[in-house]
Amino acid sequence: MQNSTCHQDIITLEDVSFSYQNQAVHKGLNFSVKERDFIGLIGSNGAGKTTLLRMIVGLLKPESGTIRLFGQPVSQFKQWDRIGYVPQKNSFNPLFPATVREVVLSGLYSRNKLFRKITKADQKKCDDALHAMNIEDLAMKRIGELSGGQQQRVFLARALINNPSLLILDEPTVGIDSETQEGFFHMIKHMHQHHNITFLMVSHDMEMIRSYLGQQPAVESGKLKFYKKHSHELQDCVENDLTHSLRELRQQMESRREVVTVGDLS
Amino acid sequence: MEILASDFFQRALIGGVLIGITAPLMGIFLVLRRLSMIGDTLSHVSIAGVALGFLVGVYPVAVGLLFAIIASFFIEKLRKTYKSYAELSIAIIMSGGVALASIMFTMGRGYNVNVNGYLFGSILTLNDTDLITIAVVTFVVLVAIRTQLKELFLLTFDEDAAAVSGLPVRFYNVMISVLTALVISASIKIVGALLVSALLTIPAACSLIIARSFRQSVITVVIIGELAVVAGLMIAGVWNLAPGGTIVLLLIAIMLILMLVKRGMRLGS
Ligand SMILES: Nc1ncnc2c1ncn2[C@@H]1O[C@H](COP(=O)(O)OP(=O)(O)OP(=O)(O)O)[C@@H](O)[C@H]1O
Ligand SMILES: [Mg+2]
Ligand SMILES: [Zn+2]
Ligand SMILES: [Zn+2]
Repeated sequence: MQNSTCHQDIITLEDVSFSYQNQAVHKGLNFSVKERDFIGLIGSNGAGKTTLLRMIVGLLKPESGTIRLFGQPVSQFKQWDRIGYVPQKNSFNPLFPATVREVVLSGLYSRNKLFRKITKADQKKCDDALHAMNIEDLAMKRIGELSGGQQQRVFLARALINNPSLLILDEPTVGIDSETQEGFFHMIKHMHQHHNITFLMVSHDMEMIRSYLGQQPAVESGKLKFYKKHSHELQDCVENDLTHSLRELRQQMESRREVVTVGDLS
Repeated sequence: MEILASDFFQRALIGGVLIGITAPLMGIFLVLRRLSMIGDTLSHVSIAGVALGFLVGVYPVAVGLLFAIIASFFIEKLRKTYKSYAELSIAIIMSGGVALASIMFTMGRGYNVNVNGYLFGSILTLNDTDLITIAVVTFVVLVAIRTQLKELFLLTFDEDAAAVSGLPVRFYNVMISVLTALVISASIKIVGALLVSALLTIPAACSLIIARSFRQSVITVVIIGELAVVAGLMIAGVWNLAPGGTIVLLLIAIMLILMLVKRGMRLGS
């Protein structure tokens, strides 16, 4: 299928170093993420995973070295709507008057959409993203009223709404119940295998890394480890739009759940 | 009651209706980002500009406006560079502004300036130039908010996410500060430098009590702002009181009522 162009560099780090005030976190880091890679990033607490992701999305500047996104230095990169980023923690004011729907929709507000009104199509994307994360019922709730896991799902939906080609996830399933977590992994696997999406995911979920990436992860204190799976042959998928797959996956999940329920009865 | 029909009161009322929209709107962005202090700081610096304007014989509101804009850039810079000391630097700028104002006002004693009017607000002193200034400021603020509301929402809710979406976060931060400076300087003659920040922050605080969506909070602050300004000006006009005081006391009363109602609803349910 469409595998001729798939070794384009999505993220490249060349000799990247970073320190906070006086504490060195990264020294001479080199690695690259290619199109359709799924990278699992493992490391002990304080190893610098979050710092690395924040550098990649341009929130922190490396002390030395270069980071490129889609071949362009981060400082010159413009196509931010190609990237979905879910930070490790969101520290918003719990009283903030914003509904779940408003937060998810805000994933669409980007540089190229300045002065543009929210369209019907945008609302539809929002519906799909809410549906995929199973939070339609919460859509009109104030975000601060949600539980931690529910909030995390909102931020996942916000990252997915843009149909990004690169998803950067910092411990995305922490605090999420196992059913939603399973659905989420199912969904990102599908996105990786059927759609042209590249992943960089920090996780402490060794089981997920082992089962999907096929490697036994080992944590070494203070060290970052990268585990990789490349999806060379994209399996056929009817549509290209990510939100389609969200919908489709939700249906799959639901039908599976029905099967289980029926099975339990007999 | 004939005062309510008088020319100067009508002017104050039109001016009040306009700042009753813009001041609470800008307040949303300050309060939600926990930057309420900035409103106070800008108004205190602005009053120094007003004093200088009197001293050198230039339209005081314009000089106040200029001072507030310069201060807003300065605060934004300090906020970025000394994140952890931001509060301290804001306090220093604020007292610096008042100190400067008090000295310049006493230097200009010979001009017989109505200092009280600038500190506590007045319905007598608004002239046509002031009204035009307010109208222009209102227009600028409304255009900015109307066209950038969704971006401003994202920035206010999650500055990191706004940056990762490629929004020019720096530009928006400066824009918020400058618009706030404009609104504050334009409002000083009606509400008073000491009280104007309350007109920015209290409606926003009220909206935190009752609004569930950002949309609702935008609507709420404007309704509350208008209610307090119009009623406050009328009360001040009829009983010959300082309008800043009546407006702010009304705002506080509205907030207390909302808190009680909310509490009652929670107990009731
Ligand atoms: N804002 C900051 N200022 C100073 N030091 C920091 C800051 N953020 C992180 N650090 C330090 O940098 C190191 C790396 O932090 P980072 O958050 O990147 O770790 P992590 O690998 O994401 O850890 P975790 O698994 O707990 O999320 C830690 O030692 C931390 O103390
Ligand atoms: Mg981390
Ligand atoms: Zn390949
Ligand atoms: Zn699909």
